[in-house]
Amino acid sequence: MFRRRGDRYVASLAIDEVRVLRKVASEVVGLLTDGFDHSDPVVSRLFPEAYPEDAAGAAEFRRYTEGDLKTAKIDQAGAILAALPDNGGGEVRLDAEAAEAWLRALNDARLAMGVRLEIKDGTDLGAELDEAVAADPSSSRVFQLSVYAYLGYLQESLLNALIE
Amino acid sequence: MGGMAAPQVAPVETPDTDEVPVPDRPWVTIVWDDPVNLMTYVTWVFQRLFGYSREKAEQLMLDVHYKGKAVVSSGARERMEHDASQLHAYGLWATVDRS
Repeated sequence: MFRRRGDRYVASLAIDEVRVLRKVASEVVGLLTDGFDHSDPVVSRLFPEAYPEDAAGAAEFRRYTEGDLKTAKIDQAGAILAALPDNGGGEVRLDAEAAEAWLRALNDARLAMGVRLEIKDGTDLGAELDEAVAADPSSSRVFQLSVYAYLGYLQESLLNALIE
Repeated sequence: MGGMAAPQVAPVETPDTDEVPVPDRPWVTIVWDDPVNLMTYVTWVFQRLFGYSREKAEQLMLDVHYKGKAVVSSGARERMEHDASQLHAYGLWATVDRS
């Protein structure tokens, strides 16, 4: 988890954490590049309609903003990839700008996973996880829910370090 | 960082046409509740993007969370579209509407 040290935000990550972060950040980049598809509900969530009841207005807004927004989201996911240790676990040290990019990128990754996992208001993550483990402890849902929970803790720790 | 919307100054020139000028109706940026964004994060985004005090940002976040949505800025349409796209960059679910 992140802590502030001087003007840096530092976390010591185990090898599994590095792997997970590399995986989710790469998946976000993939979603925004080769896999970009407006009919994908994850893309709809990351690029909300600015005018839900005005198709022409929404299309125009998208025409003017989508390119920049996509670039920003790819860059912020790239900030995660750039700061991770190359081999194994290790320390991540972020300056204020990189910390902000990480916050936004962690949020994008959580939004994407939240859509796939069908997280709703009032979803009890612990209960979901218990249920998934009971059904099949080696299932992909167990892994995805664990990663989703982990990203939330990591994001919150970075945010707390930033605002303290 | 972007401050609050600039005050709307009415144009002084009277058009030559017979058309009755429609006053520049203010627009609003609305943020909607979603089940993923952390409450602390949403508060922080409002402070960061709009320069709101912690109290104001927190109140807006609570409105989003408990009422389902909140108006977070108002002003000219272009400015609201700018605000909405910034909010999208932070992952918040924002729309633009007439006030």
